[in-house]
Formats: sequence, C-alpha cells, structure tokens
Amino acid sequence: MGIELSERVQAVPPSGIRKFFELAEERDDVISLGVGEPDFATPWRARTAAVDSLERGQTSYTANRGMASLREAISDHVGAKYDLAYDAEDEILVTAGASEAVDLAFRAFVNPGDTVAVAEPAYVSYAPGVTFAGGEVLPVPTYERDEFRLTREALEESGAADAEVLVMCFPNNPTGATMREEHLRPIAEFAVENDLTVVSDEIYAALQYEHEHTSIATLPGMRERTVVVNGFSKAYAMTGLRLGYVMGPSEAVMGMNRIHQYGMLSAPTTAQHAALEALESCDDAVAEMTAAYDRRRNFLLARFEELGIECFRAKGAFYAFPEVPTDQTGDAFAEDLLKAEGVAVVPGSVFGDGGEGHLRVSYATGLEDLREATDRLERFLD
Amino acid sequence: MTASARDALLESLLENARYTTEDLARMTGLDEGDVEAAIAELEADGVVRGYRPVVDWESTDRERVRAVVEVNVELDRETGYADVAERLAGYDAVDTLRLVSGDYDFHVEILGESMRDVSAFIADEVAPLPAVTQTVTHYAMTTYKESGVEFGDGDDDDRLSVSP
Ligand SMILES: Cc1ncc(COP(=O)(O)O)c(C=O)c1O
Repeated sequence: MGIELSERVQAVPPSGIRKFFELAEERDDVISLGVGEPDFATPWRARTAAVDSLERGQTSYTANRGMASLREAISDHVGAKYDLAYDAEDEILVTAGASEAVDLAFRAFVNPGDTVAVAEPAYVSYAPGVTFAGGEVLPVPTYERDEFRLTREALEESGAADAEVLVMCFPNNPTGATMREEHLRPIAEFAVENDLTVVSDEIYAALQYEHEHTSIATLPGMRERTVVVNGFSKAYAMTGLRLGYVMGPSEAVMGMNRIHQYGMLSAPTTAQHAALEALESCDDAVAEMTAAYDRRRNFLLARFEELGIECFRAKGAFYAFPEVPTDQTGDAFAEDLLKAEGVAVVPGSVFGDGGEGHLRVSYATGLEDLREATDRLERFLD
Repeated sequence: MTASARDALLESLLENARYTTEDLARMTGLDEGDVEAAIAELEADGVVRGYRPVVDWESTDRERVRAVVEVNVELDRETGYADVAERLAGYDAVDTLRLVSGDYDFHVEILGESMRDVSAFIADEVAPLPAVTQTVTHYAMTTYKESGVEFGDGDDDDRLSVSP
C-alpha cells in the first residue's frame, strides 16, 4: 500500500489550466495568449543587484520578516504610491511570492468550517488555499454588466454577510477589471457592517491604464480588518525570483509570520536584494513596461471590435476577458482554436463558474505575436 | 492632436518604426487619418528626423568599418562650433556628429568601406580643416548595442506556454 493523500488534498482537483498547457506543448507553432506572467525580463538593474549580492556572498537567511532595508523600502514605496501607511517593523512581511502571502492569510485567519467569500472569476489559488486551510469557499459572482467589479448587491445575494473572510483581487486576474474608490466604498461598508476580514490581493496594482490604484485598506474602518498582498512578480517582471509581501495590522502580520517562520524561515535572499534595487531604481522600467502593455491592450481591444467579439474595456493587469464568440462553451472554443490555429487562450471557467462564456486573453506578449494571433483568430472565425 | 496622443504615437514608433498606420491606430486609439496627420506633423516639426534600420554589419558579408573620432577645434571670430559642424556634417561618411562636453569638442562617427577609406577621409577631409587642431581616431572592433538594440542572441521566451 502506498502513501495515502490527505482528504484535504484529495478534495482539490488538479488545475483546469493543465489540459491547455499539455495541448499547447504538443505543437511548436503555438502563439500563446494564455500566459499569466510578463514577457519582459526583470529590469537589468534588479538583475545585476541579484548577481552582485551573490558575488558578495550574501547567501544566508534573512530575518524571518525579510531584510529591514527591504521592508523600509516597501513601506516608503506603498506610502508614496498608494497612500498606505505600514510600519516596516511589524506590519510588513516579505514572502516567497504573493502566493505564499495568500496561503499564509488563509492559514492564519481561517478556522475549520469558516466561510471565505471569494469574488469570482478569481485567480486559481484562492479556492484551493481556502480548502487546504479547512475553510469553505463561498463564491461571490461579478458580472460583465458591472465590468466585473465586485458589488455590494452580489455580496448580499450570495450570503457573504455570514462569511468570516472576503478575498478580492483588483486589478483582477483573469478579467482585467479594476475598481475605483467609489466602487470600493460600498464593499468597505459591507465589510465593516458584517465584520469581515478582507484579503486584498493587489499584485497588479501598478498595472492600471485609465486611473490610479486605490487600495481598499485606505477606506474608513478598513485598515484594521484588511491585509494587502502585493509583490514583485507582475510590476517588475520578477516571477521567477519568487518575492512578494503582505501588509496589515501588526497582530495579523505577526500571526502570518508565525507560520512563515516555521514553514519558510525567510523569503529568498537573492530575490530580496533584487527587489530592493527594483524599488530604488526601476520606476522607469516599470513605466516603460506599463506603456507597452497599454499599447497592446488598445491593439487587442481594437482587434476584438473589428472581429465583432464582445469585450468590456479592461483597465488593469494584462488580461482581456472577451465573450466566447461562438455558441460553444469557453472550454470547447479554446480547445478548437488551439487545435485549428495554434492560438492558446484560457477558458474563463477555469477561474470559477462565473467565468463560463468568456476567455482570458493575455497581452503579456509582443505586438508581432498579438497581431499574428488575432489574424489567426480572424481566420478561425471565418 | 493632443500632446499625449502625439507622445503615445512617438513611443510606438520608437518601439518599432515599421508599425503600419493601421496598427498604430489600434495601439493609440486614434483613427488612421489622425495617425497619418500626426506623423506628418511630427516630421514637419522636425521631431521625427528620419527612419532607418539598425543594421548589424557583422552579420552581412559586406565590409563596413566604423570609427569614432575625437575632434578638437580652435574657434576664431569668423568660425563657431556651428560652422565646423556644418562643414563636417555635409560628408556622407559622417554618420553621427555631436558637440560634447569634456576633453574634446566633437564626437564624430565615421562609416566607411575599409580602414584605409576611413583613415584617408580623416586625413584628407577632417584634419586639414583650419579650425581642427587635433583628431584621435578609435576604430570600433565589435558592436554590442546600437540605437537601443542589443546585438546578442537575446533572451529566449522560456515561459510556460499556459499558466495561471
Ligand atoms: C492574482 C494573482 N495573485 C497572486 C499571484 C502569484 O504571484 P507570485 O508570483 O507573487 O506568487 C498571481 C500570479 O499569477 C496572480 O495572478
């Protein structure tokens, strides 16, 4: 008899993205609009800082919470950019990617049987993370008519008033939706009225094209009940370096740190040096990448319009979330498109039931490839 | 045409000057007529001075020699920097010409078919100019980057083809 997996693990199905990955790997002419990470390499200065730190032999653990200099730089950065005020001493924890931060939040705040409301469509890790922590997921739908923003009505209708935790992510993966302060306000009021803890995944905060980012933690009554997750993967094109951070009231962050200090010890040291340099000297590189994403976003949305594909005007991250242009399911359409034309997109249903009928199309891809992919899509639809 | 639309267009052209008008329109949200007009305006205003490919001559079988020449000049009442520059800029062999701060006055890049060609050009046309007091010539041995384009093999896209 082999090793028996725990019920918790058995309860979580393998990711729906896997099938498309395998199909895409079968052929070598695939243009992928299915990638959830930047196509840019990490800014050069950050890369050289990582190399320099290795050459200096800075290869030991750091403090559990992360290097003090990095926490201070993060504190300054989010203060200047998002009006967030967190003390580098005990309100910021540096993690192995935003992924670890999200996982820590669930493990630190969810008791067995607790309900965790998740705004859907949602990044694929939230529901499994909640399950691993012993919680129950309560999906809260977002709708195309609201440009996939979370609304108070949806929270009320799905019974989120009885939840313990609310997880939200704006700018959103997979929809590209963003929320302005006026949209966040009713959500904040609902959270205060119903005493919800909010996990706000703001990893795409820097990638917004039509308005500034507002963090829900800056709204009245929210700081004490919110943890804000952010990281370097998307804004600084540092996915492989595995570095993120989480900010919140001291008790919450120190609670997460208690798990982190046993489970991780400290986030990767080399990546912390790269991240410090990124914060200190890579604003220009971020601005340049953001401008390139914006050009591609405009291009892609213009092409959808020309092809008669319905798509709301996504304002953040690097995803568009068009409707499936045939009467197929998203899954069937994506599979046919991949097989016929070698263009990979991800069906929206991978991100929760509310994503059915849509496709996630990533524009973290050079313009030449976007043009070729949309030309193939046009041929496919003919 | 707003300044920001002009800027957006310029940024797109800097990324790739061969984008079609149609694609530039899609990227900037302007219509094609406006793109044409804005480009014409950028050209007429002297903002966009030209378009040309970045060529790695080492990848061709043509012999091309590039030299960087430091040129020192002595000005007098009749001759200013602009006069010397105008004289130098007129030669086809002068690819790039800038007045610079530091130990010398002009930074001149010469492009020629052979080292002999380039040396002859400097000896016959540059050094004898009355204002020129000194030239120091550096022949380029290898080009690694030009006009923002690296000549290496580039980074491979090694991302997973589909990821969350
Ligand atoms: C919404 C969201 N949160 C978190 C992550 C994970 O980021 P990291 O690389 O920092 O772990 C991703 C990556 O795709 C994401 O899209």
